[in-house]
Parts: sequence; structure tokens; C-alpha cells
Amino acid sequence: MSVSEKAPQPVVLPSGRSDSPLTKFIRGNRRPISALVFFIVLIACFTAANPRLFTNPLIYNAVFVSLPISIILVVPLVFIVTAGEIDLSFPSVVGICAWAFAAGTRANWNPFLCVVAALLVGVISGLVNGLLVTRVRLSSLVATLGMNFLLRGLIHIGNQGYGISVTQLRDTSFSNFFIGDINGFPVQMIWGILFAAIGWLLFSRHRFGAQIAVIGDNQDSAKEMGINVERVKTMAYVYMGIAAAVAGVLSTLINSTFYPTTGDGYLLAVLAAVFVGGTPTWGGVGTVVGGVIGAFIVGFIETGIIASGLTGYYTQFFYGLIIILSLISHRFNQGRYRY
Amino acid sequence: MNEPPIIELKNIAKSFGSVSAISNISMQVNDNEVLGLIGDNGAGKSTLIKIISGVHAPDSGEILVRGKNQMKWDVNIARAHGIETVYQDRALAEQQTITRNIFMGRERGGFLGFLDLKKENDEANNLMRSIGFTSRVFAPDSQVFTLSGGERQGVAIARALYFKAKMIILDEPTTALSLTESEKVFHFVRQAKEGGASAVFISHNIYHTYDISDRFVVLDRGRVVLETDKTKITANELVKSLQDIARSGHAA
Repeated sequence: MSVSEKAPQPVVLPSGRSDSPLTKFIRGNRRPISALVFFIVLIACFTAANPRLFTNPLIYNAVFVSLPISIILVVPLVFIVTAGEIDLSFPSVVGICAWAFAAGTRANWNPFLCVVAALLVGVISGLVNGLLVTRVRLSSLVATLGMNFLLRGLIHIGNQGYGISVTQLRDTSFSNFFIGDINGFPVQMIWGILFAAIGWLLFSRHRFGAQIAVIGDNQDSAKEMGINVERVKTMAYVYMGIAAAVAGVLSTLINSTFYPTTGDGYLLAVLAAVFVGGTPTWGGVGTVVGGVIGAFIVGFIETGIIASGLTGYYTQFFYGLIIILSLISHRFNQGRYRY
Repeated sequence: MNEPPIIELKNIAKSFGSVSAISNISMQVNDNEVLGLIGDNGAGKSTLIKIISGVHAPDSGEILVRGKNQMKWDVNIARAHGIETVYQDRALAEQQTITRNIFMGRERGGFLGFLDLKKENDEANNLMRSIGFTSRVFAPDSQVFTLSGGERQGVAIARALYFKAKMIILDEPTTALSLTESEKVFHFVRQAKEGGASAVFISHNIYHTYDISDRFVVLDRGRVVLETDKTKITANELVKSLQDIARSGHAA
């Protein structure tokens, strides 16, 4: 069985497929498009149930007051899930960053210095998470779950159940810059979208996002090709910590108060937004735009259910129903990702 | 006096826990030669090439590039010296595009690390077409899981080719490939040699290795047991001595 010396003929190929740009766009963005269609259908249903309310901009502006917090949190979580890991500690990181911001404000620090303090706490928390996962090699599911309890515990020990009021910031130029409104439209929504836009650039057009996807896809290959898996993953957790700090500051400003429970309510909503938005659970692929649309979907569910005339008892049922329906729609729209 | 060899290993040893994978290996790869690395399963071939390519750090021993001792050695340093590896598992990320796989770990970052996607795609397209490694119409944004085994190997080889390797390590490059696909791999190795590069060729198929190589290093249980030029041994003699080694642990 000897090897033939005959050289194989090179195959001359046309330069790529001749699909239209639109077909290419749809093929490359299946997941966020599917999430967007789901969101439009959802709003259409709510509008059909209560046309007067859902044609009024007031209802949207009401949701947009706190929606940016979910948007800011969902973006780095898409990175972490795409890298094949998870973070369950971000609600407490939001809380502990908010605490740092409020404590600084109470001590009459310059508000921008208080933001820096919150960011620093966020970066450190992210570093700890990242090192626990990559260096100590704990499962990210369990390690970040532990961190969530640990940090929330620290907040409770430090505050003994009391909140910190930051009403002195209300209507200051600082506060208006971050959470003011333009004809009723909350300014924080602009910050949220800007944060997401940067996130999209990092995810789709930057080395960081490319390496995140490769790591989540095949960690061994990434190592064989010289990618520093530990460092890139740790950077993703630090990114999450920065987002949690921004979210904590916004949340404190919106409520004019730091509550020891700040951030708690976002755990399931933000996790759901990642998956509702079309990022699968197994790593390697993800979508930032989809995650943001997922945050919109989850953000409108509760308002929509109440506005449709159902009582609060129905909320959780519909939450669950909508999450499962959206995952089913992704399942049937994803083409072939896996064998 | 010739230039010192592309790469030289001196007394390299590596253990995983209490299991010694390779012990005291010294070998070298010369300019413009194809070295056939031969050995049974568990002989230490994969560990050895992962040390050369920088994935594993050796426990002891020296790595010399062109006679210079390398104090630090990792994948990126090895690649910077023109040492490229086509791994047995092909080291691909299957849900990613061909382009992203080719530039994996060496993304073409421009301003602040942002990617020049158009340039990456164009270069990937040219590369894949120039090696003629696909049997159907494809695009650089095709995901790798849609490709056949031979096409995937093509992506892995294109990656080594793109970065103008001086030495290419091919670990079982023909496993699970059809005959024509395997021939393309051999053609590629010959082409690389004509272009002045060296190669380390690893295969279970001893006849494949014999045909393509200029020199052989035989490993057994983590040691070099035989090193010989092709001019000094016929294929049948090589097979015979491998059988002796398998029986007795050393060449006859």
C-alpha cells in the first residue's frame, strides 16, 4: 500500500456562495431575529388585550426606568455563558457595589469618586469569581452560587437590615446625567443601549469575543492554538463585575436608596433573558443583541400580564410559559448547530 | 559548518502525576527534512509533540531553537519561531466559521484589538481555494461542523500554511481520511518540503511514514530506541525492527 506520487489537481472554486446579502444576514442572525419576532408577537398580544394602554408611550417609559439594569447585566452574562461558564453571583455583586456607592455618598464623597469605588468593588468581585473558576478550578455553577450567598451575607452583616438613603443626590446634575429624563424618556435607557452596543462590538468584532466563543466551543483547541483560557475567562468575570457596579449605581440612584436586597430581583430575570434571547446553554455561540431583546421580553411580561387584566397570581405562570415557548421557538429555528 | 537545527531537544522528560510519559528524550529536526516519528500507542509521541508545540511544559530538559536555549516556551513562542502543529483532533472549534478557526489565537486585530473581518475572510477564502482542499462550494463563513473530515483537515492545514511555517508537525493527519484525501495531505507535505520547510510526520501507518519521511525516530515507552536515515533502511527492515522493539523493548 504505497502512496501515489501523482499530485492531486487543485479544485477551482467560485468565490463563495452567491446568496443575497439579506439571506446572509438572516442566516448569520437567526437567533436574535427569532427573539425579536417573539417580542413583537408578545407586544401584539398585550396590545390586543389592552389596546388603550399599549398604544400609550407612558407604559413603555415606565418599563424603561428599570429595564436598563437588566440590559446592562445580560450583556456580560452572554459572554460568560458563551464561554461555557455561568455566573449566579451577580445579584449580590450588584448589591455590594451599590453599598459601596451609597456608603461613599453618605460620607459626602464626590459622587464620581463613589462610582469609582463601586467599579473597584465590582472588578475585585469579578476577579475573585474568575480566579475561583480558572485557577482553583471550581465549577462556576457552584462557586458563583457560593459567592452570591457570601457577598449577600456580608451586606447583611454590614448593614444589619438597614438601607442607606441617597436622597441628597436627587435632582443633582450628577443624578440627572445618569437617570434624568428627556420628555419622560428615561436617560438610563440610553446608557443601557450604549453599554449593549459596546458589548456587541466586543462580542462580534473584537479579539475578546472571538476567543470567548472559541473557548466555549472547544477549550482544548483554544489552548492548543495558544489562547490563554484562564485569562480570557477571568476577563469575562471582571466584565460582569463592572456591569454589576454600573447596575448597582443606577439602581441606587433610581430608588434614591440602597436596600440590602439591591440586585436580588434580577437573578432569574437576567438569566432567563440570556436564554430567551437565543444564547444556547452549551457554549461556543451566543448573541448579545438577542440577550438585550430577551431583557425586553422578560421586562414586559409582568406589566403586560397585569395590563391584560389578569391578577398578580398569574404572573409566574406566564413567566414560565413565555420562557418555555421562546426556547421552543429557538429550538425549531436554529438550523443545525449540533449533531 | 551547517546552521544549527531548527529545533533540538536535550534530555526532555515529562510525567503526568506518577505516570512517566517520556523520559530523557534527545532528538532534533534538521532543515528541509521530513522526520517520521514512529511508536506504538502510549509510546509518548503525542506528549513529545505537545512539548515541541508548547502545549505542555517539560519537567526537565532543554529546548534549543537554532542552537539557542529557550528558557520560556509556550504555544505562542513556538509559533513565533515558525513551528506549526496540525493536531490529531485537528484543534478546531466546530461551531465557529472557517475564518475564525484559521485565525484562532492569532486574530487579525487592528485598532484596539478590533478585528479586520473583511481581511480575515478574504485571506481565508484565498487560502482555502489555493490548497484546493474542498470538494464543494463553501464560504469562509461556513461553520466547521458542516465540513467533511478531509475538509476539516484542510482547515487545520491551511492554518499552519497561512502563518508560513518553517516546521510543521502533523499528528496522525490521515486518520479517518479517504484515500484521495490522504493523498492531498502527502502532497501538502511534499509541497511544504519543496518550499524549504521541515516537517514531523506521525502516523500509525508505517508505510505512509516510510514513503514520506527522510529520517525516522522510533519511540518506545517514552524513550528513543531507534534513529536512522531512510537511505540506511528499507521499509521491510523498518517494520522488522519495530516488531523486535515491540517484543523486546529495544532494536535488534
